[in-house]
Amino acid sequence: MEFNVLVEYFRAQIRGDPDVASAVAAIRSLLEFLRRDQSETILGLRENMTQAIRRLEETDSSVAVSSGGELFLRFISLTSLEHPDLSQCKNVMIERGELFLKKISLSRGKVGKLCHTFIKDGAKILTHSSSRVVLKVLENAAADNKRFTVYVTESQPDSAGKRMAQKLRKLNIPVMVVLDAAVGYIMEKVDLVIVGAEGVVESGGVINKIGTYQMAVCSKAHNKPFYVVAESFKFVRLYPLNQQDVPDRFKYTADILKTVKDLNQEHPMIDYTPPSLITLLFTDLGVLTPSAVSDELIKLYL
Amino acid sequence: NITDSDPDGRLTVTDKDVKLQEIALAKNEGKELTKEEKQRLRKEKKQHKKNKKDDKGPPEKEKEKEKASVPAPSKPATQSPAHKAAPAPVHASESAAAAEKPAKSKAELRAERRARQDSERTSKHGKKEGGQQSASSKPKATPNELQPVVKRLPEHVQVDDPAALKKLAKKLERQQVPLRSDYGYKVSLFSHLHQYSRKSPPTLQISIPATVIHPSIVRLGLQYSQGIIAGSNARSVALLHTFKQVIQDYSTPPNEELSRDLVNKLSPYISFLSQCRPLSASMGNAIKYIKKEISNIPSQCKEEEAKGKLQACIDSYINEKIILASEAISKYAIEKISDGDVILVYGCSSLVNHILCKAFEKQRKFRVIVVDSRPRLEGREALRRLVKKGIRCTYVLISALSYILPEVSKVFLGAHALLANGYVMSRVGTSQIALVAKAYNVPVLVCCETYKFCERVQTDSFVSNELDDPDDLIVTRNGKSHLENWQTVKSLGLLNLVYDVTPPDFVDLVITDLGMIPCTSVPVVLRVKNVDQ
Repeated sequence: MEFNVLVEYFRAQIRGDPDVASAVAAIRSLLEFLRRDQSETILGLRENMTQAIRRLEETDSSVAVSSGGELFLRFISLTSLEHPDLSQCKNVMIERGELFLKKISLSRGKVGKLCHTFIKDGAKILTHSSSRVVLKVLENAAADNKRFTVYVTESQPDSAGKRMAQKLRKLNIPVMVVLDAAVGYIMEKVDLVIVGAEGVVESGGVINKIGTYQMAVCSKAHNKPFYVVAESFKFVRLYPLNQQDVPDRFKYTADILKTVKDLNQEHPMIDYTPPSLITLLFTDLGVLTPSAVSDELIKLYL
Repeated sequence: NITDSDPDGRLTVTDKDVKLQEIALAKNEGKELTKEEKQRLRKEKKQHKKNKKDDKGPPEKEKEKEKASVPAPSKPATQSPAHKAAPAPVHASESAAAAEKPAKSKAELRAERRARQDSERTSKHGKKEGGQQSASSKPKATPNELQPVVKRLPEHVQVDDPAALKKLAKKLERQQVPLRSDYGYKVSLFSHLHQYSRKSPPTLQISIPATVIHPSIVRLGLQYSQGIIAGSNARSVALLHTFKQVIQDYSTPPNEELSRDLVNKLSPYISFLSQCRPLSASMGNAIKYIKKEISNIPSQCKEEEAKGKLQACIDSYINEKIILASEAISKYAIEKISDGDVILVYGCSSLVNHILCKAFEKQRKFRVIVVDSRPRLEGREALRRLVKKGIRCTYVLISALSYILPEVSKVFLGAHALLANGYVMSRVGTSQIALVAKAYNVPVLVCCETYKFCERVQTDSFVSNELDDPDDLIVTRNGKSHLENWQTVKSLGLLNLVYDVTPPDFVDLVITDLGMIPCTSVPVVLRVKNVDQ
């Protein structure tokens, strides 16, 4: 399978189902790539897969695609590939790939089920930008007949917050859009803060849309709980020490990385929130404290 | 019991014989104990152990395992099977974690009976050991059950307890290791620790030639106590090389098994070395590894083969855990060094120096600020090594820390040990650097190999530390030595601490050979390591 066919397949997945996580779409494309792959040896197969992941990262530079791809590769090759026949090995890998896909398609539901119990009746929730997982959580809480109001930040430069507000209005949840600059102002009114994540790093911190770090610092100053909801395929083997330490390939969108010469003039799209500001992380592996994330990562990757 | 005749021959009252006696006594001083004396000591030990068993629950520390294994010699003729039975249930209760259900053998029944007798005896004596009484009264009945693990304080933090001191003195006398006496007035907060003087090394009281303690061990102990070999890695590597020499020179006595006898031979050496300078965590782990390897030698293995195997084990340990680990750590650490960085280091850590040299070879542009402190002034050695490589360095004393920290982008620290609760034990001054760095929001990275991880838990620097020679603090300027007569001032105490502990909230990242982990994940690594073994 050619790489541009792969990229087209990936883009088609995203267009077809806008609600799907980009990592899930990437893994579906990788699975299709695996099925159509023509290599003769396992090593060649692995090489092609790694290249495919790299191409997908170039298309969509989010952290989730990178982490999802790497986890997929590890998961399928973690079994014994001792069969003499390559096609048999490939079948085993495809089987495991489908298992992995099934598992992670269910992960958003699991997170939603875990988290909605933390939303009490009459709660005021603050969230940032547009996250499908947070939407799922709020959906579950509303289905549970809980009454709550949501404040969403506008989240410039792409005004993703307004899209989130529209989706919430469709669910009949009272929602208010606030400016990014109004986070400090609104913090005393809210009871808890829930955000999604693009990636969860080894230290237990999260990488998310720009503005999350600010929100975390404000909530710490006001002693409000700061919850992060993320699926487990977003766990990535990065360890940033501060904002500068996040690699450039995640900070900017794929098109900007390819076209712009001087990245210092561009504005980054994500920031890093250190684990000291996060109260709890809700994942499909359970409710974790930031220090437990490293434990889970060691289990996943080692 | 075979009782040898008096080694000096039949006693007569003549002067000549008395003189002969004295000469013989002098000759015997340095020699190893005769068979009879060994038996006598063994009986004493057994009694001692029996009393100890009633004092506390099943011993779980290494030292206790040693003592338990020592009375299980392979001298079948003279020892009654009861001796063998005593250590056997002790071993069973120690390995209770394995939780197997052994069938009640005759030996275990005998041991139960003895335990019952002991507990009755101690209750008669009215020894106050509290809850451990009930624990000891029914311990041997279910040797496979997980008994409440009672940790005993190590001897070197109980210096102000006369009972513990007496026990130590007796143990050292039995092993024929000289006891080193404390020196000078100790500050009351630290009076539970030893304080030795460099002017009175433990080797003063050793007779020449010392046949109980191998000469290379004597040399190593002297090098430790005089500070010639310093630094966690250096001490461990020197220890392992010396053990290689000891194993080379070792020959199994007849009727003994190498796997058991060699371990027993090592105990007095280790006591001697800890008298010279308290063992570090890395040395402790290395010793545990060697003892495990020795006891795993199969009994049918020939001596030369076994010795070769042990030496190969030691070589591979040094290679894997120290040399290759530092290569892996450098690889990870170099990712964290970017161009234009200003890196702060403290004291002289062999690992951090290695990382910086490697990063410089990889053409990273950075400069280094070396922070140093009295009285050791180890930073000068680090400065020397880095400047020789061509790295741009600045040198300050620790009092100027808050002055230069605004310039710094990262702090790299070495560690002496990483404790199970995530605290970092390192040279005194390290926690100060971490604290001030945190206040300035500068990331702190600790570099530590996994063999330095230890199961101990400590939350402050008082409970277990090391006191160095207080005379080191005497400073001579312009020909005048202030504090020279500090001993004459009764209320003055000089405190020369060696280590301190840094809480995990001040440390941003720990770089180990397994990867980059947060400080709170140390127990995870320990768990993974234990599973591997």
